[in-house]
Amino acid sequence: MNVGVLALQGDFREHISALGDCGVTGKLVKTAADIAAIDALIIPGGESTTISKLAKAFGLFDLISKRISEGMPTYGSCAGMILVAKTILDPASDQDTFGGIDMEVRRNAFGRQTESFEVDLDFKTISGAPIRGVFIRAPWVESHGSQVEILSSVEISGVQHPVAVRQGSVLATAFHPELTGDNRVHRYFLEDVCKK
Amino acid sequence: MSKANEAQVGGARVKRGMAEMLKGGVIMDVVNVEQAKIAEDAGAVAVMALERVPADIRAQGGVSRMSDPDMIEAIQAAVSIPVMAKVRIGHFAEAQILQTLNVDYIDESEVLTPADYEHHIDKWNFTIPFVCGATNLGEALRRISEGAAMIRSKGEAGTGDVSNATTHMRKIGGEIRRLSSLREDELYVAAKELQAPYALVKEVAETGKLPVVLFTAGGIATPADAAMMMQLGADGVFIGSGIFKSGDAAKRAAACVKATTFYTDPKVVADASRGLGEAMVGINVADIPVPHRLAERGW
Repeated sequence: MNVGVLALQGDFREHISALGDCGVTGKLVKTAADIAAIDALIIPGGESTTISKLAKAFGLFDLISKRISEGMPTYGSCAGMILVAKTILDPASDQDTFGGIDMEVRRNAFGRQTESFEVDLDFKTISGAPIRGVFIRAPWVESHGSQVEILSSVEISGVQHPVAVRQGSVLATAFHPELTGDNRVHRYFLEDVCKK
Repeated sequence: MSKANEAQVGGARVKRGMAEMLKGGVIMDVVNVEQAKIAEDAGAVAVMALERVPADIRAQGGVSRMSDPDMIEAIQAAVSIPVMAKVRIGHFAEAQILQTLNVDYIDESEVLTPADYEHHIDKWNFTIPFVCGATNLGEALRRISEGAAMIRSKGEAGTGDVSNATTHMRKIGGEIRRLSSLREDELYVAAKELQAPYALVKEVAETGKLPVVLFTAGGIATPADAAMMMQLGADGVFIGSGIFKSGDAAKRAAACVKATTFYTDPKVVADASRGLGEAMVGINVADIPVPHRLAERGW
């Protein structure tokens, strides 16, 4: 299986390295030909507006959208979560998403950089020690359809905000497992999400 | 499930991680809301809010300071991408102010007039991350030891002359490659020569890179400049005066973003370079008297 990492902007090298730790050689994806050659895609952390604009400028946007809608296994972290959402609550001007998960996300939901944080998370499909969630100007899931499975949430003032979700072949986390050296979320993507 | 009140804020990982998210991108200097929107629309990963771009600081002279909080807040309200702002070297009170404004990154910058000619800010005291300039590896590691979560190589800001940025990127890259070639028992003297903490020197020797993201800045004015800096090993670029001191700023901004992503593909960079109108006129660094060179501020 060829796993690609969208390499327009952001921390794509960290995802390549996490895949490497799982024994998979990830491919950097920058062109239409690259997209045609992959079986699964990771959309990294970065600036969602920048990634979306570059994808449009180079004719990748509709191709990626189409592949995801056809069932290509896809994982988005942070900016990647925003890009696989059906809608954005507060989009920047003409900011679109690839879609894939029936949810609406709120960008920078936890606040600006001074509010960026780390916290231990329970992750429904991953047993053992908690997952260390690194949230950097992170989004959360504001609302979602009935087909969306919540894998992890953060509670603020008694309200649950989903921060890891899956719908079929698409996985999204508001946090960055690629920055922690713990590759269990990537393994879950490779061994479960990609196999279904 | 986890409760946000158990969360840890302001740790090195979220500070350095913030810079990881900017990689492969362009950070643009903007002086008003209109420019900030142009930058965001062009695909900038962040904007640097300041009252005068370096070219004007250079032309107008005088003491240059942190920007007016009203101006910074207006830009924060106008765009959703991260907003950075500059403080004078060593001016920790300006940094305290920017932290209360909730800017996303502070640039402790030689482009402003230094406030302290001995000490830089103790950046570990802040939850907000800092980026600092460096002309060589020792300077970069001293800034990291003070808590900088991102480094930018210094160029000669406000000139449109990329030669100093080239010199400093090559210098930092070269010194890192040299460290990687040393025997372990030679790293002690290397640390002494670099005037940098041994632990950081050892880490760089082992990993072959800085422990934080390295951008480049100063004099970058064209898509080709951006592509060259990326090929020299920059993780991304700052463009100050180069965009809004040129003819068609929106087009040039978008072109520089494309060149930074596709820096290994000369055809894309060539296409991005077409029909951009006039580049900033520029000043040759060699024509600037030494006391007026900004890159030499900082120690």
